[in-house]
Order: sequence, then C-alpha cells, then structure tokens
Amino acid sequence: MQIDWQSYDPGAFHDEVIERPGSPRRIAAGLAGYLESLDRRALDEKKLAARLAIKTMGISFTVYSDGQNIDREWPFDLIPRIIAAREWETTRRGLEQRVRALNCFIHDVYNGQKVFRDRIIDPALILDSANFRPQCVGIQPRHKVWAHICGTDLIRDENGRFLVLEDNLRVPSGVSYMLENRRVTKRVFPELFENHQILPVTEYTQELFDMLASLSPRKQAYPEIVVLTPGIYNSAYFEHSYLAQRMGAELVEGSDLVVEDDQVYMRTIGGLSRVDVIYRRIDDLFLDPAVFNPESVLGVPGLFRAWLKGNVSLANAPGAGVADDKIVYTYVPEFIKYYLDEDPILPNVPSYRCCNDSERSHVLANLDKLVVKPANESGGYGMLMGPQASAAEREEFARRIKANPRNYLAQPLISLSTVPILGEHSAEPRHVDLRPFILQGADCYVTPGGLTRVALVKGSYVVNSSQGGGSKDTWVVMGEDDAVPGS
Amino acid sequence: MLSRVAERIYWQARYLERAENTARLLNVFSNLLLDLPDRTTLGWSDLVRITGASEIFAQHYRNANETNLARFLISDPCDVSISAMLANARENARTTREVMPSEAFEGINELHYYAQSAAGKADDRSARNEMLEHIIESCQQIFGMLAGAMSRDAGYAFVRMGRALERADMVSRMVDVGARKLFAMLEDPAAPPEFAETWQGILWMSVLRSQSAYQMYRQHVRRRVNGEDVVCFLLHNEEFPRAVIHNLTTISKVLPRLPNHGEVAELVNMARSELKHSHVPELVERGLPERIDHLQIRFAVIHDAISRTWFLPRT
Repeated sequence: MQIDWQSYDPGAFHDEVIERPGSPRRIAAGLAGYLESLDRRALDEKKLAARLAIKTMGISFTVYSDGQNIDREWPFDLIPRIIAAREWETTRRGLEQRVRALNCFIHDVYNGQKVFRDRIIDPALILDSANFRPQCVGIQPRHKVWAHICGTDLIRDENGRFLVLEDNLRVPSGVSYMLENRRVTKRVFPELFENHQILPVTEYTQELFDMLASLSPRKQAYPEIVVLTPGIYNSAYFEHSYLAQRMGAELVEGSDLVVEDDQVYMRTIGGLSRVDVIYRRIDDLFLDPAVFNPESVLGVPGLFRAWLKGNVSLANAPGAGVADDKIVYTYVPEFIKYYLDEDPILPNVPSYRCCNDSERSHVLANLDKLVVKPANESGGYGMLMGPQASAAEREEFARRIKANPRNYLAQPLISLSTVPILGEHSAEPRHVDLRPFILQGADCYVTPGGLTRVALVKGSYVVNSSQGGGSKDTWVVMGEDDAVPGS
Repeated sequence: MLSRVAERIYWQARYLERAENTARLLNVFSNLLLDLPDRTTLGWSDLVRITGASEIFAQHYRNANETNLARFLISDPCDVSISAMLANARENARTTREVMPSEAFEGINELHYYAQSAAGKADDRSARNEMLEHIIESCQQIFGMLAGAMSRDAGYAFVRMGRALERADMVSRMVDVGARKLFAMLEDPAAPPEFAETWQGILWMSVLRSQSAYQMYRQHVRRRVNGEDVVCFLLHNEEFPRAVIHNLTTISKVLPRLPNHGEVAELVNMARSELKHSHVPELVERGLPERIDHLQIRFAVIHDAISRTWFLPRT
C-alpha cells in the first residue's frame, strides 16, 4: 500500500489533515507529503515497528468481557493528529477558564450555596444528584480546589470549531496513553520530529507531581505522595503504575494504607510511614468503607475523617464529581459568567435538558435526530444514538426519559471531524475526539494537545477504548507564522 | 519501600530464577537420558521429583515420558511450568514497575510473550532445546539489567534474597536426586561395577552442567568427577555463585540494608554454620537425603521469617 491523498475523500466532514482530495491543510502539509513519500515496504515496516514498541513497552489496557479480564495491547494508529499552536492557545485558555469556574461552583455547592440563592441553577438538580456528597459540606480544601485533575473531552464540528463535549472530574484516565503515544511516534517517525516544531508533552508527570505537592498539609521539602489504585485488574492500572513510576511516588492499594489517630500511614518494610497527599484513582464511594460503601475492600477505613481533619489531601477531592454530570455540564457557560464574570471561550455542544418540560417535549419528538445521554455514565455506556437506533430502542429511551427526566440530556448529532488512519490498503478518514488534561492546584496547567481517541470502525462515532476505539499521537505544532513562546 | 512491593519484587526474582532453573534442568535431563543406557534406573519421573511437583503431575498425566514431561514443565497452565512461572514473574513485575528499571520490565514482558508463543515447541527435541536456551539467556539478561540499573537499596536486596533462596533450594534438589540415584545404583545387585562407575560420572557431570558448574568445578577440583567432590562443591563452595553456601552468604550480606533483619539473619546464620560443619564424605556414605531434607526445611523457615518481617500481614 502507498498513500495517495488524491483518492482520500473526507466527504462532508471536516478532515484535519486533508481539506479535499489531493490538498492537505497548510499546517499538515509536511506530514502529508512525508507520508505520501513512503513506499509500501517502508509503511509496513513503520507499522510493525509501532506494534513491537507497544508490545515491548507493555502498553496495555484491560477490558472486562464475560467476567474475564483481558489485558490488551493499546490500539494505536501511526498517523499523528496535528493542531496549530495558535489555535491551541485559545483552546488552552478556554480550558483553564472552564476548570476555574467548575472549581468555584463545587466550592460554592459545599460552602454557602450562593449559586442556589441567586437562582442560577435549581438546587434539586444538585442536591438529588448521585454525585453530591452531603458529608463534604463545609470542607475547605487547599486553594479551594476540588477538581485537581480534569479531563475535558473536546470535539470539532463540521466547521472545525472546538466544542466541549463533557468534563471528567472524578478519575479521568488516558494521560499515560497520551505520553506513551508520543514515545512510540518518536521511535517510529524520528524524521518527522526534525522538520516540525512539536510542543513536548513529557513534562506532564512533573507538573502533576508539583500540583500534588502543592496540596500537602505538611510543609516539608519532600511530601509523601502516593497513587491509590484499585489494583491490577482495574482497566486503568497501567496508567496508575505509569504515573506513580514517573513521579517517583508509591503506588498503593487500599491494603497498603492504614489510618491511626486520623493520620494516614502506609505499611512499609520499616513499619508505618506517614502519607501527605493521595492521588486516588478509585471512586468516591469506595474510598472509605466507614463513610461510604461499607462493602468496599478497595478503600481505607478512616480515610475520610483524616481528610476532614486536614491531615491528608485527596486529589480529586471527594464530592468533586458533583460537577461531573451531564446536566451540570449544560450550566457551565452560565457558571463562567456568574463566578468569573467572563465570556466562555469554548462553547458547549448545544444541549436539551430533559428535566425542562419544553426541552423534553422537543427531545421526545426528535429522538431520531438526537443523541441521548444519561447524566452519570462514563465510557460511552447507556447512550442512544438516535439516527442509528431502531424504533424499539427509541421507545425504550422515551420510556426511560419520562420515568427519570433529570437523568437525561440530548444533543444534536455533531458531525465529528476526521483524521486519516493507516488502514489495510490506504489511508482512510475516521472520526476523532480529544481529551486534554488540566491540572489545578496552586497553579494551572493544560497539556499541549491531549489524548486523541479515534473510532477505528468506518463511520463510527464511538471512540472509547473499551468499545473498539483507538488512539493517536497529538501534535501541537508551531506554524511559520507562530512565534516560539519565550523567544 | 511498601511491604507489598517488597513482596512482589521478591517473588518476581524467585519466579524468574525458578523458570531459569527449570529450563536448565529440562535441557540437561534431555541430554543426559540420551547418554544413558536403557537399563539405568534414572527416568523422567525423577525430573518430576526434582521439581517437587509429583502430585500435580499425577493429576494430569498417566505416564512420565519425555513428551508429557516437556509439556508439563514448559507450557502447562498449572503453576510449575516455565510459561506459568514467567506469567507469574510478569504479573509481579507489572505491579512493581514503579521501582524496577523499565528495560527489565520490558525484558520480562517480552520473555513472557515468547514463552507463550513458543509453547508449541515442547514436543520437538531440537526446537525445544533452542527455546530453553533462549529462556535461560533471557533470564540471565534480565538479572543483568537489574544488577546494572538498580540502586543497591531495599528493592535490590529483595531481588537478591529471592534469587539466592530459590537457587539454594534448586541446587539442593539437584544434589538430592543425584544422591538418591547413586544409592539406588550402589544397591542394585544387577549393575556391574565397571558400568556403575561410568554411569556415576555421567550423572554427576549432568548435575554440574545443569548448574553451569562444570567448568568452575573443573578449575576447582582437579580430579575425576565423583559424587563426593560434586556434592561438596555444590553445597560448600563459597566462591561458586550457585553453591548453596554462597547463596546463604549472599542473603547475609544484603540483610544489613533492611530494617528489622535480626530474626532472618539469625536463621540464615544457623543454616550456614550447620552446612559448614557437616562432613560431606560421611554424608555421602549415609544420610545425605535426610540432610538435604533438613536443609530444605531451613529454607522454608527462612522464607517464612522474611515474609513475616517485611511483607503485608495476612488477613
């Protein structure tokens, strides 16, 4: 196979590399030309090199299927995705703004609830939410930040404009794949890195470490930071281990931690050792069997009280998930105005709230045109893709919406942008989204680019790795007219 | 260092070493049996005994023949096969990636995949040979990477302890089988004495080869290979890295890097001095198998103390 951009047709979609058959976008011209110059053998070699790199580097993820855990290699497509640095700069500011507003909102929900009194949002929507934690009312975490690590999903519409699809504020995952994708691309296409100015992503783990260190309740040069994982059978275990390793932090499981006198300790070969900051990768409800789910064996009894007393910091803070809800999502532009008095830089995807009577009628009348999402699911589960669904599936969703309107929102089907993937015989357009990661501690940091997820099946919009999605390296590239930052 | 991590590092080293030793054993055994005449009493069932897995073997196979043994020890899903050990080593390595050099993890990972994909080669003698050698080499390489890249802190101490204890245990099993066979032969009235002597030489040479000890032994002992010298060399030689006493010494040497090591140190010293003061010529005459049994109990006790001192409490 050899790539011929003349025969690559993105159709009605916004393709980020090829504008129309035969003509690459300016920012991607170098990449497109290079790929076209590779003959069949060279391309096959590159593909093989990437597969080998992924296998030996042990990049994997776990999927649950028929009660078994299968450790799969990470599905990766070689062709990088390119974003112009200038465009990214605006996006980055939009993401920072968004996370600032979200943190103001969460802090307000647990301290004062001004947002209810000012009638910005109906209190019932929040106080009845499955993610609202009454135990957290009155808590003041450091820097008033609750969501320290946020993964916000962005898509581009048919005009190439970035829209926010959702904010993941509980335990967002994927950043290790972003980092490893870059490592693989460097191994496979070192030539390309010479001719492009690509913003590096590797500093993420250092930034993460600094952010976590800024949360330490003890003022000391080396706060003890740990990553708390549910264990090896969690689908994101690879990432937990990866981040701990890169930060030089201990990777702990619940059984490694013990709370005595409201202090958290880990069991080491030398006895108990105090812990300052926990980057927890387990869900709120499993954190502490004494407060939340008593059945949880993943958590640590007494952990919540230690946090209440300020003896340990948790990132993200328990209760932060109250803003990780697709109904709350629809209010974020209003929060930005309300808390920051700014105009939102990044728009939301237009959304209909099913709890609103007139919006719900519109949704029920147009189920065949809309995407319906439950407020609290992740991983792309429990959704209705109206245009592709059967009549029976639509009826089922209509019933669910009427039974529990608060739990659903609907959005028009956005024509996601495409990027070429290396198929069996040629380069083919596939739909993508983008998950940048935002860190908020004393300071704010946004990854340049993020994790690009790609729906490997032709025409599909489903990018989740658990459902046949893959990923790509994502380059934020300086163009000719961009200044090098700091020069 | 976390107790759980220490435990996994230790097991990872043990599984790797065990996989390497099993590969050596199988390789040497295949060659040995080619050399020996049919009438000797040594057979594949002895190999099962060395690995200490007779019961598990009997649950899955009726005959202790070459094909069954090779499958059992190379690719069976049960815990005693090389591929299962490597899978265990990898599982432990997956959970200790934060403290291990990443190239070592990559090596273990690669070796695991290799063993999985090479399982079909168990039946063919020459393909099997090649595969076992690759596994031996890779294990050595991985330990080399650990030695070359790990700081000499607690983590590395657990690598060395796991490896040393596993080695000591395996060498003692080899000596045990050699000794038992020797007795069986001496007591066999049907065996002509001149034949017994040749046979004995071949047997002990194989025991040495299985431990890559033949050359070192030759340099050290300038006599014809005989049971007494071999047993003495494999149990008592302080310089040879696979000898039992050398491995006990290794454990003693790394212990000062670990907190609360008193009990373990005491047990290791006890085993060492017992071994040192045992008189091999006498043992070979009588009582070697009992002595080895006793030694293996010592190893188990040391392991229990290691586990109690540094690993997570059992709930």
